[in-house]
Amino acid sequence: MSDQKNKVLSPIPGVFYRKPAPDKEVFIHEGAAVKAGDVIGLVEVMKNFYEIKAESDGVLESFLVNEEDILDAGQEIAVISAR
Amino acid sequence: MSYFNKVLIANRGEIARRIIRTCRRLGIETVAVYSEADAQAPFVSEASEAVCVGPAQAKKSYLDIEKVIQAAKQTKADAIHPGYGFLSENPQFAERCEAENIVFIGPSADVMKIMGSKLEARDHMQRAGVPVVPGSDGQIHSVEEAAAIANQLGYPLMLKASAGGGGIGMQLVQNQEELEKAFHSTIQKAESFFNDGAVFLEKWISDPRHIEVQVAADDFGNVVHLYERECSVQRRNQKVVEESPSPFLDESLREQLLETAIQGAKEIGYTNVGTMEFIFDNNKNFYFLEMNTRLQVEHPVTEEITGIDLVEWQLRIAAGQQLPLGQEQISRTGHAIECRLYAEDPKTFFPSPGTIEQLKLPEEGVRLDFSVTEGSVVSPFYDPMIGKVIVHGASRAQAIEKMKQALAGMEVHGLQTNLALLASIMENRQFEEGDYTTQFLEKAKILS
Repeated sequence: MSDQKNKVLSPIPGVFYRKPAPDKEVFIHEGAAVKAGDVIGLVEVMKNFYEIKAESDGVLESFLVNEEDILDAGQEIAVISAR
Repeated sequence: MSYFNKVLIANRGEIARRIIRTCRRLGIETVAVYSEADAQAPFVSEASEAVCVGPAQAKKSYLDIEKVIQAAKQTKADAIHPGYGFLSENPQFAERCEAENIVFIGPSADVMKIMGSKLEARDHMQRAGVPVVPGSDGQIHSVEEAAAIANQLGYPLMLKASAGGGGIGMQLVQNQEELEKAFHSTIQKAESFFNDGAVFLEKWISDPRHIEVQVAADDFGNVVHLYERECSVQRRNQKVVEESPSPFLDESLREQLLETAIQGAKEIGYTNVGTMEFIFDNNKNFYFLEMNTRLQVEHPVTEEITGIDLVEWQLRIAAGQQLPLGQEQISRTGHAIECRLYAEDPKTFFPSPGTIEQLKLPEEGVRLDFSVTEGSVVSPFYDPMIGKVIVHGASRAQAIEKMKQALAGMEVHGLQTNLALLASIMENRQFEEGDYTTQFLEKAKILS
C-alpha cells in the first residue's frame, strides 16, 4: 500500500519560521509524528504571525522550505505522509 | 541658511516621502535607503540619491545598523533621519551615528535608553511629579514579592516587562493564581525577546482613553508643547484614527496635561521632538504611559492645527539651533483628524498584501500622506499602513464632514483595505459625540 502524501501550503505570502522564537526549539522535527491542528511553523506577514497547521495526522516527512525563506501565497511548505 | 547639506532617511514608505518633501523645500539633498522589495517604491525615486541596503527582511536591510551607516558614509550624508519604527528608538544606532560624526536627528542615546526601560521611565517621571499608573516601586524579584505587592494594589493588574513594547511582555492577571502562573513565563519571554528579564506590576486601567502630548525641546533648555492628540480609536493596540484637540478634555484638564508633559520632558533633559503618552481612566485621572522619542505617525494632526512643520523643527533642533517659537507664540486653530488606511481585512484586521491596481484619491481639501501610488506593490514584509488621510476644519463637526467626503471620494482596488471601516467610524454616533475609549472598535462592532 502506498503512503498518501499531503502537502501543507502557505495561504499567505511572508517569511517562514520553524521556531516560535529565535532561541527556541523548532515546532516539529522532520520524521516526527504530527496530528491535524498541530502548529508546524509561522509565516510573518506585515508584522503579524500566522500559524501554519497540519491538516492531517501522520508523519512530517520533510520541509520544502528553510527557516526565514520568503514564501509566495500557495507555496508548499511541508509534506505529511499518512500512516 | 540650510541646516544640513544631505540627509539620509533610514526608513521607507510614507514617512520617507514626508521627510523628503520638507528637505526639498529647504534645499537639503536626500538619500533613500531601500530593501530589494522596495526598489520600485515612490520614496526611492523621489530622493536625490538611493542606496540598496539588502534583502526584503527588515533585519537584513532597514534594521541593519552597519549597512545604513555604510550608506551614509558612502553618500557623505551629514545627518540621518530615522523616521518612526525601525532604528528610530535604538540608542546603539544613535551612538554609532555619533561615533561616525553623523548627526542623528532625534534625542540623545541616553534619553532613549531611559525611555526604553519602563522602570527607569516611571522612576524619572515620579521624580518630576508626573503621575504614573499605581504600581510596584521598581523591579519585582520573586513570586512571593509579586503576590504581596499585588494584594496591596488589588487585582486586576498588569504584569509588565520593563523592556517590553508593542504588546509583547504584558500580561493581564485577575487573581493570585493567574499571577503565579504568568510570573516566570513573562520573565522568560522578556529575557528571550529583550534580553532583560525585569518585570513589575501596574494597576489595570479598564476602558481607558489614550491621549498624548507633542513636545519639542532644543539644546538650550527651551521646552514647549504643541498640544495634544486623541488616539483612542485603536485596533489590536494600533491606532486607526487620531484627532486634535481631544473632545474629551476641558480647558483646565488640558492645561494640566500639557504642563505635566513639559515637566516630564524637562526632567529627563529631552531634546528634539517627542511624544508623551498618557492614559485617562473613567474619572479623568491621567497617568504617564511612555514617551516616544521620535516623530509619530500621527504628527500631521498637530501640523494641521498649529501650522508648524515638525520635520523642519527636527532638522533645526538637530542642527543645534534654538526653537523658532516660544510657547506663547504657538497657537492652534480649528480641528484636525487623521485616518490611517491599512491594507487589511476591515473586519478581521488580517493583513492583505498585494498590488494597488487602481487608486482613486480625493483631489482637494485634504492632505494625503501615502506610501503608494497606482501600480505599487504592497509587500508582505512591512507595516500594513499604506497611507494617511488628514483633514482640517474650523470645528470638529466640519472636520468630520470633510473626512466623510474625502473617504467617499476614495477607491482602492487590488487588495483589501479598512476604507469601509474608516467611513463607518466617521458615521458612528459615539464617535460623532466624541464619546469613545480604546475599547470603542471592539465594543461598537461597527462593521458586523
